[in-house]
Amino acid sequence: MSAVTSWLQNVTASCSTVFEGLSITFSHFFRKPYTVEYPDRIETRVQDTLPFRYRGMLEVDLEICTGCLACERACPIECIVIEATKDKATRQLMINRFDIDLAKCMYCGLCSEPCPTGSIHHTREFEGSDYSLESMMRRYVKFPVAAYKPKKTGEDDPEIMPVLERGMRYLDEFAQPAAKPASGATSSSESTSSSESTSSSGTTDPGSGTG
Amino acid sequence: MQAFLDTFLGDAAGLERQLGYLAGMAVFGSVVVFGFVLPFAGIVTWAERRIWARIQSRVGPNRVGPFGFLQWLADGVKNILKEDLIPTVADRPLFRFAPYVVMVGFIAAFVCVPFSSDLIIADLNIGILYVTAVTSLVVVGILMAGWSSNNRWSLLGGIRAATQIISYEIPASLSIFPAVLLSGTLSMQGIIGAQGAAPWQWHMFHSPFTLLGFGLFFTAALAEGNRTPFDLAEAESELVAGFATEYSGMRSTLFFMAEWGNLYVIGALVTTLYMGGWQLPQFTYNPVLMNLAQAGVFMGKSFACVFFMIWLRATLPRVRVDQLMAMCWKYMVPLAMLSVFGTATLMVALPNGSHTLRMATFAVVVGVVIRFAFKVRFHLKRARELDYSSLSSGASQGLSS
Repeated sequence: MSAVTSWLQNVTASCSTVFEGLSITFSHFFRKPYTVEYPDRIETRVQDTLPFRYRGMLEVDLEICTGCLACERACPIECIVIEATKDKATRQLMINRFDIDLAKCMYCGLCSEPCPTGSIHHTREFEGSDYSLESMMRRYVKFPVAAYKPKKTGEDDPEIMPVLERGMRYLDEFAQPAAKPASGATSSSESTSSSESTSSSGTTDPGSGTG
Repeated sequence: MQAFLDTFLGDAAGLERQLGYLAGMAVFGSVVVFGFVLPFAGIVTWAERRIWARIQSRVGPNRVGPFGFLQWLADGVKNILKEDLIPTVADRPLFRFAPYVVMVGFIAAFVCVPFSSDLIIADLNIGILYVTAVTSLVVVGILMAGWSSNNRWSLLGGIRAATQIISYEIPASLSIFPAVLLSGTLSMQGIIGAQGAAPWQWHMFHSPFTLLGFGLFFTAALAEGNRTPFDLAEAESELVAGFATEYSGMRSTLFFMAEWGNLYVIGALVTTLYMGGWQLPQFTYNPVLMNLAQAGVFMGKSFACVFFMIWLRATLPRVRVDQLMAMCWKYMVPLAMLSVFGTATLMVALPNGSHTLRMATFAVVVGVVIRFAFKVRFHLKRARELDYSSLSSGASQGLSS
């Protein structure tokens, strides 16, 4: 008798479980798909949804670059090359070359930390595929330009002010170690310079400028 | 078919009339095969992928053409352009011939598919028997493919397919009998003629036994068509692609076309046997209009069956080999026997059928459908409570938080 009951139980169980399963799958016809159709069929570009300090491809605002070479020294794989010379006649620091090899860059963010003005910074752009390695070399200086010199009284040029403000905001939003400052012997100079630059937050004055 | 052709042939007589019939059948046959069967096999792959995708909360192919509709053409062109590889150790003639056998077994079944009261290539008086016989040819092709590939996976897949299809032939054939008993004929048009247009006049609702027969026939036909709860023959996770492992290019496409086209054959058979076929109240005496309407009804019903099979495939996992055999021999064969003998007994006891029994069976099925609707509503509500839907509002929320 138990064989018959278990047989009947198997039949009813399989029927009811199939019924249950079908009802679950059918309810999915009335739900929205979760798919994010990434490059071309989304309402907002992914770049625009990323946080301000997202570590995407590097960019340099030459208007506020002081030519201090801090980023070049900080870069662990030497993908930044800067040539800055003092013009004898005008006694101005001229930037002749500012190259970033994005093919080499590993997006560590060490270059943007010591920058006093936030001139070198990461963007939210991350789609870096290209056809050749040469085109990954970003040359920011076409003609020699004068390096930026921070003013004692604060920046008043309306052209440069928004750029500088943005750069300082970029520096301010560094994730600082919570309580005590970094005590590493090797990175002391970088950490002090960055902490100095963040201590002068709120104003648009670069503070610890090297000029 | 002949009555339909008479309206066009006018007063032609003798040999001319016969030739007219022959030409009509040939034209309609090729229209069915090239204009319907082969495109259908392609389109259903697209439909299946779209439907699965929605069930799995995805979008599915939507890039090629409107709603990705031309995906099947793109896939077909790709497959035609692929190299047709034949392994050196394979049995060459058998290997090359196998897909054609499968294809013939599948296309020949369409000879007896009654699209409407007149649109049938040939209304054989042994129609349903012919379809069962001819679709068994698919096993031969699959076994040929499995054997000639000279590959373990292929052979295992071929043998599994053979075991499965031959075993399930028995419950499938047995569960055809209730419908045949009730109609008193094997002819497809005869079986449809014994049913009515209203749902409760279908064979399916004649009695609980025929309802059982309907369920068993559907399940067994799924197993015969190597569809997912029973797709052991090409179990991708176990056997690469089963009997089709060594096939490439158009030859493998032929196998898959037969498999997907078989969905329609199954749907058409279920529709014919248990769901009233093309039956429609006589609303016009224009034969062309009437036939078109009937064909529409038939298509609608069989597409509903196809949709159900796709939905089932997205729902159920694959059974094990021993479960497959146990299900066939321990459960489906006895139940099919019960269905046949129950129907026969009922026909002796109540020669004119019982209207109350009919309506009671119909009411039970309607009750199950309503219960199903409530179940679906329950799952939807639960999903809303868990707030899955907030995740689906695109990249902005998913990425920035």
